[in-house]
Amino acid sequence: MDPLAAKMIGAGLAAIGVAGAGVGIGNIFGTLVSSIARNPAARDQVFGIGMLGFALTEAVALYALLIAFLVLYAV
Amino acid sequence: MTEVSAPLEQFVIRPLVPIHIGTTDISYTNSALLMTIVVALIMLLLVGGTRRAALVPGRLQSLAEMSYEFVAGMVRENVGTDGFEYFPLVFSIFMFVLFGNFLGLIPYSFTFTGQIVVTFALAIFVFLLVTLVGLIRHGFHFFTFFFPAGAPVFMAPILVPIEVISYMSRPVSLGIRLFANMMAGHTMMAVFAGFTITLGVFGFLPIAINVAMFALEIIVCALQAYVFTILTCLYLRDAIHLH
Repeated sequence: MDPLAAKMIGAGLAAIGVAGAGVGIGNIFGTLVSSIARNPAARDQVFGIGMLGFALTEAVALYALLIAFLVLYAV
Repeated sequence: MTEVSAPLEQFVIRPLVPIHIGTTDISYTNSALLMTIVVALIMLLLVGGTRRAALVPGRLQSLAEMSYEFVAGMVRENVGTDGFEYFPLVFSIFMFVLFGNFLGLIPYSFTFTGQIVVTFALAIFVFLLVTLVGLIRHGFHFFTFFFPAGAPVFMAPILVPIEVISYMSRPVSLGIRLFANMMAGHTMMAVFAGFTITLGVFGFLPIAINVAMFALEIIVCALQAYVFTILTCLYLRDAIHLH
């Protein structure tokens, strides 16, 4: 196989990992909305925890993206 | 392939003042220059903001007080009042990472938090400190941390290795999280900027996306500094209170 083609395919495969983080972030914000809707008074406390969860989950997406970028541009 | 490797070019460390001691290269690099600027800016903000402390704070003083209050609240809520002896460390880490992230966003500057050696050094320092704090505070009792209280004893051969591995992976995840966020974000912006020329007439589209991405990056910069600090606080709480 052409090494460049293999590189592109590898980067594409690495980017699949972002799907899992998409599910995770959707889950976090869905739960955040429903918990604030149930108890609007808890908004300030819950929002901070939700943002922390978002940042931790988004980092997982960026691990996959980082691998894709490294395969594409660094190796 | 020189134009294809361009997105990662922003992370290249260049020596500004070459210094060699023996075979060791300790040159003053663009990364070190940015770190110096960051420390100088933090000093300027905190010292300048509190030098003439007024009852009704001005802009600079409010900023200094707000950053102090923010981190103090974080330590109080997550570590407890007996964690305040580590407040200077937590505050320094927060300000260093926050300013480093933000200064890296300035075009043509350098993101030292996008270097894994910097983030990993910070993370391993936090990890060693937390372990030492736990050992000094609790002695050998610290090792009960690796066995959750109340679990049946025959589960120990499974639980203890899992807990040890998860403890050991803390510095790795802490360091790589910050590094990956900064590096992936900046590379993504560079890649989109590269599309501007190749798309010709529709070149305004990647620029519009980049503007939105810049807003996201500003949030991410603050959020990642916050996450790094709050995880430091949580690890400290584990070491001080053992679960």
